Amino acid sequence: MAVYKRSYRAYSGRLTPEWSRFYILTRYALGNLFRSKFLTAAFVMCFFGPLVCMVGIYLNHNASVLALLHTRADQIINVNGKFFLGFLGMQGGLAFFLTAFIGPNTIAPDLANGALPLYFCRSFSRAEYVLGKLCALFYLLSLITWVPGLILFGIESNLSGVAWMWENRSLASGIFLGSVIWILMISLIAMALSAWVKWRIAAGAMVLGVMFFLSGFGAAVNGVLRSNIGHYMTPGSLITRVCADLFGVETPIEISVWSAWVGLLVMCGLCVLLLSRKVRAFEVVR
Amino acid sequence: MTPVIELEGLGVRFGKRDILKGLTCSLSGRTIGLLGPNGAGKSTLINTLLGFHKPSSGTARIFGHDIRSKITHVRSVVGYMPENDAFIANMTAVAFVRLMGELSGLPSEAALERAHEALFYVGLGEARYRKVGTYSLGMKQLAKLAQAIVHGPKLIILDEPTNGLDPPARQRMVRMIKEMRDAHDVHIVLCSHLLRDVEETCEEVLILKEGRIVHYSNLEEERRANRRFVEMEPIGDTAGLALALEGLGCECAFSGGQRLKAVLSEGIEIRDIYRLAAERDIQLRRLNYRRDTLEDIFLKAMETN
Repeated sequence: MAVYKRSYRAYSGRLTPEWSRFYILTRYALGNLFRSKFLTAAFVMCFFGPLVCMVGIYLNHNASVLALLHTRADQIINVNGKFFLGFLGMQGGLAFFLTAFIGPNTIAPDLANGALPLYFCRSFSRAEYVLGKLCALFYLLSLITWVPGLILFGIESNLSGVAWMWENRSLASGIFLGSVIWILMISLIAMALSAWVKWRIAAGAMVLGVMFFLSGFGAAVNGVLRSNIGHYMTPGSLITRVCADLFGVETPIEISVWSAWVGLLVMCGLCVLLLSRKVRAFEVVR
Repeated sequence: MTPVIELEGLGVRFGKRDILKGLTCSLSGRTIGLLGPNGAGKSTLINTLLGFHKPSSGTARIFGHDIRSKITHVRSVVGYMPENDAFIANMTAVAFVRLMGELSGLPSEAALERAHEALFYVGLGEARYRKVGTYSLGMKQLAKLAQAIVHGPKLIILDEPTNGLDPPARQRMVRMIKEMRDAHDVHIVLCSHLLRDVEETCEEVLILKEGRIVHYSNLEEERRANRRFVEMEPIGDTAGLALALEGLGCECAFSGGQRLKAVLSEGIEIRDIYRLAAERDIQLRRLNYRRDTLEDIFLKAMETN
């Protein structure tokens, strides 16, 4: 019907399946994020590291360059677990800063403008809402963490041969699993904090503050008590411990792997709890 | 016919406070008004019907679907316009309404088409590419209405739709509600403090006080009943006129000097009163239907409970 008729009418067309509706939020959230030139520029900058690594890996296998530099292949870059742990550390750090900027944009504006009842008065659940927003962050952060990581792994496999790939196949799963855990954790932290601090800028500062505070507090606890308990309060330490195990690399963080997993799960659980308290149509004052 | 809303001992409790206390009724009108003083439980009732609050006792059904077990289905047939500000600030109105349409299950293209239609329908057609955050209060109300109707729901719940609107905008909103009610197969629940809005638009009224139903009124039936109740101001032999009317089976009573009130019996029309007055050479200075306004009903309900 043409808009000029300006009449109310019921809708009798087909409906989209309910399970797929969370993705609508992801689509809108991603579109919204890339409207900011600053964030787009920051996002592009995040590809600088993988590009350098890519060039490094290529040079590492280029005989004429090696001859020119009078060096051996493994003297430029040694592509092993340590290399990928460092790569994920660098990209994970960038992902964290990016999340501190974009994470609060996901939930805080909806809470500040009271939009949640509009979402939940439809056949759309709170879990779908959180999942939709989380997916937007997951897609974005995947592009700067495990996707370039696996591309690097693929390039190295291509240049070193199938034998290298088979020998180091655990690195590929480590890249993927380590990145996914890190993305999930920082996304949940950013979303939970933005749900509690409705002001977007304050929420961003809070994300940075909480992470740095936890790291500092954890280090202080370790120093004062001469123990490793502080590592459990530091998300960075927990993820480094888990990733080191995934890549088969030694680490100075002396806590067991399973306890690091438990620590990460507890942190994610806390964030989900915080979200479940705040992401609701109306707050009930009891 | 399946009632629009059925309440069956519905109770809602927040902590130790009972907010709704055993509400029971069945509402079938095209437009249902929810009235009550502040804190009566109107918004809580709406929120419970939408599944935002869990009933502590009893249940409710919308179009026969239980809100406890079929809330997803209930939500798919309901459009809701909340009382407070509710929008996405950095989105244009058309993107905002489209998003809400998509979340209601409309495919992307259909949602876009209907978003344009809904915005034109509510009168925001020319401003539909402006960000909702830049809208005036009245425009935000209209944008909220547009998102409530974009998916063509069978039941539209409007919580204080005329809040903050200037008189012309209020008139437009009331006109729109009436038009939706009259022209389409849609039911409307209107929650408002403004008795005039409810009186103008609603067929049924539910009055709440302290979480209880204190009065249910079918305004349509009352309007029909009240057409038999007239008040007149005759000059001349008033007593004679009263006797003549009583002779035709009407009930008469004097009130304040020359004023005469009468409940017309079946088959008696206004022209019969004029005829009787003419036969007795009585002037009728004034004659009008006297009926209880919604304000009378509301105040009575508040006083008696």
